Amino acid sequence: MAAPATAGRAVRDVVFVDGVRTPFGKAGPKGMYAETRADDLVVKVIRELLRRHPELPPERVDEVAIAATTQIGDQGLTLGRTAALLAGLPRSVPGYSIDRMCAGAMTAVTSVAGGIAFGAYDVAIAGGVEHMGRHPMGEGVDPNPRFLADKIVDTSALVMGQTAENLHDRFPHIDKARADRYAALSQARYDEAHKAGKIAENLVPVATRSAERGWGLAGADEPPRPGTTVETLAALKTPFRPHGRVTAGNAAGLNDGATACVLADEATARELGLPVGMRLVGYAFAGVDPEVMGVGPVPATEKALERTGLSISDIGLFEVNEAFAVQVLAFLDHFGIADDDPRVNPWGGAIACGHPLASSGVRLMTQLSRHFAERPDVRYGITTMCIGIGMGGTVIWENPHWQGESK
Amino acid sequence: MSEATTVTAAGVTAVADPNEVVTKAVTQFVDVPGLDGRLALITLDNGFDHTKPSTFGPGGLASLNEALDAAFAGSPAAIAITGKPFVFAVGADLTGVVKVEGREQALGVGQLGHAVFRRLRESSVPTFAFVNGAAMGGGLEVALHCHYRTVSSNAAAISLPECFLGLVPAWGGTQLLPNLIGPDKAVTVILENALNQNRMLKPKQAKDLGIFDELFDSADYLEQSLLWAARVASGTVTPERAEIDRGAGWDAALARGRAIVDGKTRGAAPGPRKALELLELARENDLDRGFAAEDEALADLLLSDELRAGLYSFNLVQKRAKRPVGAPDKALARKVTKVGVVGAGLMAGQMALLFARRLHVPVVLTDIDQARLDKGVGYVHGEVDKLLGKGRVSPDEANRLKALVSGSLDKAAFADADFVIEAVFEDLGVKQQVFAELEEHVSAECVLATNTSSLSITEMASKLAHPERVVGFHFFNPVAVMPLLEIVRADQTDDATLATAFATGKQLKKSCVLVKDAPSFVVNRLLTRFMGEVLASVDEGTPFEVADRSTEPLGLPMSPLILLQLVGSAVALHVSETMHAAFPDRFTVSENMKAFVAAGKTAVWQWDAQGKQSVDPEVAALWKLGDSPLTGEQVKARALEALAEEIKIMLDEGVVAEAQDIDLCMILGAGWPFWLGGITPYLDRSGISEKVTGSRFLAPGVASVPV
Repeated sequence: MAAPATAGRAVRDVVFVDGVRTPFGKAGPKGMYAETRADDLVVKVIRELLRRHPELPPERVDEVAIAATTQIGDQGLTLGRTAALLAGLPRSVPGYSIDRMCAGAMTAVTSVAGGIAFGAYDVAIAGGVEHMGRHPMGEGVDPNPRFLADKIVDTSALVMGQTAENLHDRFPHIDKARADRYAALSQARYDEAHKAGKIAENLVPVATRSAERGWGLAGADEPPRPGTTVETLAALKTPFRPHGRVTAGNAAGLNDGATACVLADEATARELGLPVGMRLVGYAFAGVDPEVMGVGPVPATEKALERTGLSISDIGLFEVNEAFAVQVLAFLDHFGIADDDPRVNPWGGAIACGHPLASSGVRLMTQLSRHFAERPDVRYGITTMCIGIGMGGTVIWENPHWQGESK
Repeated sequence: MSEATTVTAAGVTAVADPNEVVTKAVTQFVDVPGLDGRLALITLDNGFDHTKPSTFGPGGLASLNEALDAAFAGSPAAIAITGKPFVFAVGADLTGVVKVEGREQALGVGQLGHAVFRRLRESSVPTFAFVNGAAMGGGLEVALHCHYRTVSSNAAAISLPECFLGLVPAWGGTQLLPNLIGPDKAVTVILENALNQNRMLKPKQAKDLGIFDELFDSADYLEQSLLWAARVASGTVTPERAEIDRGAGWDAALARGRAIVDGKTRGAAPGPRKALELLELARENDLDRGFAAEDEALADLLLSDELRAGLYSFNLVQKRAKRPVGAPDKALARKVTKVGVVGAGLMAGQMALLFARRLHVPVVLTDIDQARLDKGVGYVHGEVDKLLGKGRVSPDEANRLKALVSGSLDKAAFADADFVIEAVFEDLGVKQQVFAELEEHVSAECVLATNTSSLSITEMASKLAHPERVVGFHFFNPVAVMPLLEIVRADQTDDATLATAFATGKQLKKSCVLVKDAPSFVVNRLLTRFMGEVLASVDEGTPFEVADRSTEPLGLPMSPLILLQLVGSAVALHVSETMHAAFPDRFTVSENMKAFVAAGKTAVWQWDAQGKQSVDPEVAALWKLGDSPLTGEQVKARALEALAEEIKIMLDEGVVAEAQDIDLCMILGAGWPFWLGGITPYLDRSGISEKVTGSRFLAPGVASVPV
C-alpha cells in the first residue's frame, strides 16, 4: 500500500550555508559600476559561492531566486534563470526573479527557505541585485491613479526620503542630531571592521569596465566615508524638505551591487559537508502605513518573535538595514535598545557601505553569520529591514556555534 | 604631403598614418587581493565594438608605449595587458602597413613593434597578458612578450596568420614562440595552421600547446586572471615551462615545417620560406639577433609583390566576396520558404542537404522514378546521420533536417516553392523540358535556377512564359565545402530574381560572384583553357613529366594532370568540347583525350607502393605524341599567356565586372593561391599581361608594390 500522501511533508530545518556580495558602488556615471551590467554582478557572486564551496555539486542546486526591484533590461529576463545559465550552472538548475523592493533578497531567502522546509528543494541559491545607476528607483513605474484619487496613499509614499521625514514627524523625539550621531557611529564601526579585514572576507572582486579608463577591479565598497563626524553631517542639505532632517549623510545612498547565498536543508548540508552558518528559526513580514514605511521592522519583528515564541531579550545580535538612521532609531526605541548598543550592526550598516535595494537582505544575513562564528555565546540573532510601500521584514536565526548549557 | 612622424621607444620613428584607427592603450592601477602593491592594468581599445577589432598601427604602438611609461612610472608590483570586450588585439594595421615607402620605412615597422613590445619582456616587474578575446598576429605577439599569459574560454580566434597572408610573425613571434612551446608546436601554429586556410586555435588547444599558462572561464575571466597574477607575482604559484629540445628535436621540427611549406606553396611564397629561416635562427634564442632578422625579413616582404598580392587576395575574400559587385538591391529579394530540387542524383542530394541546413525550409526532391527518388532522399538522410554521428548537429536538429527533406514524383509538390533548382543531365533540351514542366506548377515569381556548368541559361529560359525568373546558380564540387557560387544573369533575368539568388547564396554561406551568361562562366572556362594548353603541349610531344611539372613554380594547389584526374576526365572532355564549340580558335579538343576517355582511363599517373609516380603504361601507349616538345618554361609561358588572353577577352565581353572578380573566382573556386593574387596580379607582375594584351589588368599598387 502506498504511503500516506503526507508522508514526505515533515518540516525540515533550513540552514544558511554561506553568503557573499560584490563590493557596493556609488550609482551614477562616475560610479565604479557605471559600465558594468547588473546581471554580470549576479554572475560573479554565484560563481564565487560555487568556488568557495567545491563540496557543493552544481547540479544539486534546486533553485536560483534572484531579486531586483526594477526588473528591466539587464535586471529583467527572469534574472534568476538567466544568471544561473550565465554563471555556468547546469541547464537542469531552474531559477526565477523576485521583487519586494528593499527586501527582495530577504524574500528570496524566505521563499526558498519555505521550499526547503517543505521538501521541494534540498539546496538553493538566493540573492539580489540593484544597479541603481542603470536603473534609478522608479524607472518605468506607472502608479495606478486610484492611489491618489482614492487616497490609498499620499504623494510622499513613493519617495523614500519623504517617508523618512514623515517618520521623524511621528517620533518627534528622534531629531536630526540623533540621526547624525547614529550615522557617524555607523561609519566609524564600518571603518573599524574594514580595517580589521572583516568586510573584505565577504566580497568577490569584480572587474569594472570603462570605455575611457579601461578595465579596473572593484575590490572594496565605494560609498563609505571614513572620518565622518556629526559636525560634517550637520552641514549637509536636507533634500526632501526645507529645514528637514533627512540628509545624504544619515541615509543610505543610491548604490549598485549584488549578493547571494546558499541555503540548504540541514541534513543535506551535512551529507554534502556544507558548513552551517546559521539555522533559520522563523520570519515575518508586516505591512505599515506606506507614508512611514521605515517603521516596518517593528511590527515585522514583533510578529516574528510571537510566531517563534521568542522575546526580544533572547536576541543577542541585530543586523538592521540602515535605509535611514531615523528608521533604525525608531526600531531601537520601540524595543528599548540604546542607540549605540554593541549588539546592533557591529560592523556598521548601509549608511556606510550602501544599500543597493533588492540586494541588501543577504548582506545582513552574511554578516550575521560571520558574527555568529565569532560569538558562540550568542544563540539568536535577527536580520530586519524596512521596505518601500510600507512594509517590514524580519528573519530570526539561530547560531549553530552556540555553546550554551541548555535551551 | 606632410606626414607627421611619431617618435617612440628606443628612438624609433614611424610614419604616422592620418587614417589609422588608433588602438588606445590606457593604464589603470588596481588593488588586487593578495598582491603587495598595485597592478598596472593596461587596456587596448580602439573605441569600436567587437565587430571592429583593435589593431596596431604607429599611433597604436605609440599609445601602448605611453601606457607602459605610465605603468612603470607608478612602480607597480605587476603589469598586465588586456583588451576591450571580446577582443584582445588582432595584429598589425594592414591598411597602414601597405603604405610604407622604401626600405627605411619598412624596417621601421618591425623595429617599432619590437621596441615597444620588448619593454614587457624586459620589465623587472612581472608582466602578464590576459587574452580575453581574439588574439591574432601582433596581438598574440604582444602576449608572447609578457612573462605570463592567461586566456579566456570564449576567446574566439587565436592564431599567427602571417604566413597565410604572405608575411612572417615579425614582432617577435618567430623567436619567442618556439622558445616557449618548442619548435614543433611553433611549426604547427606559424606554418601548418596558417597555411591550412588560416586555421585558428581554440583557447583549450592554445593552452594545451603551452601558449597560455592558465585558461579561465569567461564568466569571471578578468577577476580570476588578476587573482592568479597576484599569486604568481607573490611567488605562491610558479607556472611551468616546457623543456626545449634545441638539437635533434629542433632539426625534426624544421624538417616537418619545410615539408609543410613545400607541400602547400612549392616554394612559391616567400613569407613561409622566411619563417623557416627565422625558426632556424630561433634555436639560438638570441633575441637581439632574432628580432633584427625579423625586421629584415619583414622589410623584404613588405616590399614584395607576393605580399601585396596576398593582402589584395585577403581583401577580396574578406570584403568583395561579402559585397558582390553588381548584385541588385537586397530589398528586391523575395523570401524563400520552400525549395525544390529537380533530379535526385549526387549533386542534387548535396544541394538539398545544403539548402536544408542553411535555410531551414522544406526541400522537395523530384526525379523520374521512385527508386531514384528514394535513393536521393536516402542519401540526404544518411548524410544527416553522419553529421549527427560526428556531433556536428544535435539529435533535434537531425530530426528537423530529415523532416525538411522529402521526395515527390509529382512536380505539383513544387506549387508553393519559391526557389526550384535543377540538376539534371547536362543537355539543353532536357533542361528546357524540365523548366517547361515546372512552369505548369509553380507560381509566376518562383525562381527557377540551374546548376548547369556550361549550357546557355538564356536559351534554357527562352521558351518559358516567365523567362525573367531564370538564373544560373553554379556550385562547385563538393557543394558543402567549396565556397564559391557563380550567379549567372541570363539576358532576361530580372533584378528581383537576381536579388533573390544573391540573398539565397548568402544564406547558404557561399561567396557569390555575378557572372554573365557565357560559356562555362569563369572558373571552368579558365581552367579548361589553361589545361587545354598543357594537354596540347603534350599532344605536340612534350613529355607528361615536363608538362605536368611546368606550373610548379606558381605553387598551384595541384598540377594540371592531377586536376584533370580530380575533375574527372569525361567531364573535362565534355567541357572542352562545349568550349571548343563556342570558341573554336582558342579551345581545342585533344584527340588523345578522346581516346583516353574512350579507354575508360581516369588518370595519367599511377603510384607504386612506395608512392613513386610514373605514367600509366596503357596511357603512354594510347597517347600519340607529336614531335615538337617544349621545355617546362615554354609550357608554363604558353599556358599563362593563354590565360591572359582569355581573361582579357572575358573582361571585354563583360563576363564579370572587373579583374578582381576573376581573381576572387580563381581563389575561391579553384583554390589558386594568395601569392598569385588569384592570377591577374601575377600576370601583371611577370609582364605577361602587357606582352599579351598590351596593358596590365590592375593598376600598379592595387596588388603590387607601387612603383
